[in-house]
Amino acid sequence: MKLTSLALSVSSALVLIACSKEAPPPASPPVTAAPPPLVVKLGHAAPLTGPQAHLGKDNENGAWLAIADANARKPRIGGRDVIFELLSEDDQADPKQGTLVAQKFVDAKVNGVIGHLNSGTTIPASKIYADAGLPQVSPSATNPQYTLQGFKTAFRVMANDVQQGKVLGEYAAKQLGAKTIAIIDDKSAYGEGLAKEFKKAAEAAGVKIVAEEHTDDKAVDFAAILTKVKSKKPDLLFYGGMDAQGGPMAAQMKKLGVKAKFLMGDGGCTAEFPKLAGDAAEGHYCSLPGVPLDKMPGGTAFRDRYKAKYNADIQLYAPYVYDAVMVIVDAMKRADSVEPARYLAELPKTAYDGVTSKISFDDKGDIKDGAVTLYQFRSGNKEPLETIGAAPVAAPAKPAEKK
Amino acid sequence: MSVPKRNVRLGIALIAVVLSALPFAVGLGMGNAWVRVLDFALLYIMLALGLNIVVGFAGLLDLGYIAFYAIGAYLYALLASPHFGLHWPAWAVLPLGALVAGLFGILLGAPTLRLRGDYLAIVTLGFGEIIRIFLNNLNSPVNITNGPQGIARIDPIRVFGVPLSKPLEIFGVHLPGVYLYYYLFVLLALGIIFVTVRLEDSRIGRAWVAIREDEIAAKACGINTRNVKLLAFAMGASFGGVAGGLFAGFQEFVSPESFSLMESVMVLCMVVLGGMGHVPGVVLGGLLLAVLPEALRHGAGPVQQMLFGRVLLDPESLRILLFGLALILVMQYRPAGLWPSATRRREFSKPGP
Amino acid sequence: MDTFLQQIINGLTLGSIYALVALGYTMVYGILGLINFAHGEVVMIGALTALAVIKPLAGAGLPGPLALLAGAAVAILVCMALGFAIERVAYRPLRHAPRLAPLITAIGVSMVLQQLAMIIWGRNYHSFPALLPATPRELGGAQITDLQIMIVVVAILMMAGLALLVNRTRLGRAMRATAENPEIAGLMGVDANHIIALTFVIGSALAAVAGVMVSANYGIAHYNMGFILGLKAFTAAVLGGIGNLAGAMFGGILLGLIEALGAGYIGDLTGGFLGSDYQDVFAFFVLIVVLIFRPSGLMGEKVSERA
Repeated sequence: MKLTSLALSVSSALVLIACSKEAPPPASPPVTAAPPPLVVKLGHAAPLTGPQAHLGKDNENGAWLAIADANARKPRIGGRDVIFELLSEDDQADPKQGTLVAQKFVDAKVNGVIGHLNSGTTIPASKIYADAGLPQVSPSATNPQYTLQGFKTAFRVMANDVQQGKVLGEYAAKQLGAKTIAIIDDKSAYGEGLAKEFKKAAEAAGVKIVAEEHTDDKAVDFAAILTKVKSKKPDLLFYGGMDAQGGPMAAQMKKLGVKAKFLMGDGGCTAEFPKLAGDAAEGHYCSLPGVPLDKMPGGTAFRDRYKAKYNADIQLYAPYVYDAVMVIVDAMKRADSVEPARYLAELPKTAYDGVTSKISFDDKGDIKDGAVTLYQFRSGNKEPLETIGAAPVAAPAKPAEKK
Repeated sequence: MSVPKRNVRLGIALIAVVLSALPFAVGLGMGNAWVRVLDFALLYIMLALGLNIVVGFAGLLDLGYIAFYAIGAYLYALLASPHFGLHWPAWAVLPLGALVAGLFGILLGAPTLRLRGDYLAIVTLGFGEIIRIFLNNLNSPVNITNGPQGIARIDPIRVFGVPLSKPLEIFGVHLPGVYLYYYLFVLLALGIIFVTVRLEDSRIGRAWVAIREDEIAAKACGINTRNVKLLAFAMGASFGGVAGGLFAGFQEFVSPESFSLMESVMVLCMVVLGGMGHVPGVVLGGLLLAVLPEALRHGAGPVQQMLFGRVLLDPESLRILLFGLALILVMQYRPAGLWPSATRRREFSKPGP
Repeated sequence: MDTFLQQIINGLTLGSIYALVALGYTMVYGILGLINFAHGEVVMIGALTALAVIKPLAGAGLPGPLALLAGAAVAILVCMALGFAIERVAYRPLRHAPRLAPLITAIGVSMVLQQLAMIIWGRNYHSFPALLPATPRELGGAQITDLQIMIVVVAILMMAGLALLVNRTRLGRAMRATAENPEIAGLMGVDANHIIALTFVIGSALAAVAGVMVSANYGIAHYNMGFILGLKAFTAAVLGGIGNLAGAMFGGILLGLIEALGAGYIGDLTGGFLGSDYQDVFAFFVLIVVLIFRPSGLMGEKVSERA
């Protein structure tokens, strides 16, 4: 849901070009009988069943699209033709299943892992990947802890809660001019984590937090907490959580006469949000990590191709998954090896123009200068307002490193 | 029953061989992920055995049993992780977990002694939810549990200083971490089975059954029903606490979402489907319900593909669907469980009143 | 003050919803002594069925209230059939089974219904169209919608109607007799199977009404909505004294008020130490305390030890 209108566009085209440029050099070995193509397996983990299955499927679609694109370029790595294969597993958003899936990937000797979707599965699984020396790029786990564990194998292509919360807090204070803010979160790892960082940044920008309330990720009735929020008369209400609660919450705000601006993170930046909120969605704000697809070279093309292939709009994280796959492929190319031990050394040096933003990693494996784009809902559509913290994309600051 | 001693020894030796060879057979045949499934199955067996004491022996319906598992897991996580910078060894934390969980068992049991049946069910359910909510919320104002973010980087369990999370070479045999945990869990599960079986035949065990069958009659026979019930809660809870500690050390990450109501229900189903009050039945129930879903996940997709040419139902929905149907059908046709004890089978084969 | 009034309104609405669902639990329990864990799922099926009917009707330009009535009527019929089927297939064969067997079966039925609903209606949250005027009325500074008023009224009417049915009609007498002792009732010419089936059907009709109300009020329907709602309503029923119709109503309202006022004020009362994140804890805590002092609920009759 979230990304729908965003776009995925970016870079598939760019990547294609970049790759084809890189591919030729290794093609020089002496002419011998061409060995059969090397099969490189990449693992992909997300909840494909359960309440978040729609997001998981979306992730999987993004991965398949990336695999197809990568193979279409007839990659050669280490002097051999390479075929990428995707091994997609369902982790049910359950930590225990997450470790089982991780073990499965290690058993299957995959060359790299894209995932998981949730922080709650990504973190316990990351330990297993780290022990096995298997590189892992998460497209959507935003809990800061993931990269704070000191694992050399853990990367992510999405701004974490600290990065996104900071941008949101500052934006609420400065651009939206909020002096008093109420915060609600759903007490999930994602919602609470984001709300906490939002609070820090907003307070640092001089905002007064007048109420802090909580609900849960299965709730439908927010009347009591919204009434309390209303009594504190905030300029803005921030909700850390997903659209399934955020939509009805916006509707109930309207019914109760809460006249505050409403701001959510990526969990509310979906096509589903205005459907659930109805006309109460009008004028509300949300954010998504990365740059709007329309602003990235090849972004709209990506969105169109996604739509053509799956006959569905992008839900939320598919573009990030696409980038995550491409980041691994890119590192393999630069290392000229598909061996995890070899190309792992190249991952930290990534400088890759993805569909969601320009991707490079800091020393922890987090995306560097993660850009965050703010959107506003206008007559049921989300319109980008501005992108904060992005490295200039139109003109890459420095050319992709080549080795 | 008089079985020649020699046969008993032979049987034990056979079981020992099978149990020690199992991870190799499974691991080499189907991959280490399946050994990990076995590890989790063993944890569930321990849980089911603990709950069996409360539900199966003493007849007290507990719908919040997973709370004790959570308590054990969090105790381990807090005392052996960088969260508080404490790194207590497992041999200290696990017994402590049993103790603390047992105390919580008494804490739950004491006020609910007067409640019966369904009232007890809802109170225990509430207790389980309260514990989970506290774990989820106790990160502010003082950060104790780290809230929904969970606690990561928990120390692996060490035996004689050897962390079980790392592969080990013994006499040229390569033992991955999941195998090592398997052996530890098997030993502990056997220990729990032993304790449970001995308990069943003890004065206390008989007192539990007496309470289950008729509390008033039990009281009249001079059984101190209060103490005996509390003991059931405490014993059951302590097994859950141990299993929880093992889970934390094994997974090296805990978060409140692992201790939802659905998990309590799962463990209850294991006890009931296997055969309430009958240890081998409960072990079977735990094993089946822990392994079957995994098997289904792998079997359901391809089979549908073969039969219909496409996947009609995704394996997860199918899994829960079949699971629900299994509960209904077993209750209809084998209400005493798949493998009930001989006495219970006799009771249930009587025509209904 | 207007905030307090608003919280009372919030609590009453929520409580009436709990009460509507709790009435169904209590009916079945009163007759059979069975916790029908699947009741919450029947509520969910009711909501989603109504939605399936309402969407095309409202789309075709039928006025909102009419569409709502049509949706509710179909939902009631479907749920009645469902309730009948559940009783016949899952519970009746277990009439003499040990106590835990029907409970486990109920959990199984709940899982099956949830998965079936997911297969039929998908995993996404569905938005439930606003069929009644959503503009709230002002009431002493607080806001209240027509729908909220309707929910409270319907809950009270339902309870009163059921109480009349059980206490004043021949059918009600047969129900009470069956609850007391099915065999002896049988000897007196009461067809116990018939009465029990009827109880399920009535309870399921209530569930359908509750489902439609919940979805209309919150504007949302989802295959997973029944479970938590059922759990809360069950808590309410036990709080009031399960098996007692007035108790279910009272327990529901009480639980709704506890949750609303708890979420609204506990943070201020405890200086921010406890907040709205403990909302569910208050509910369960009150339940436990009540049961410790009154083991059969606030309005339940004292059962003898030999239950």
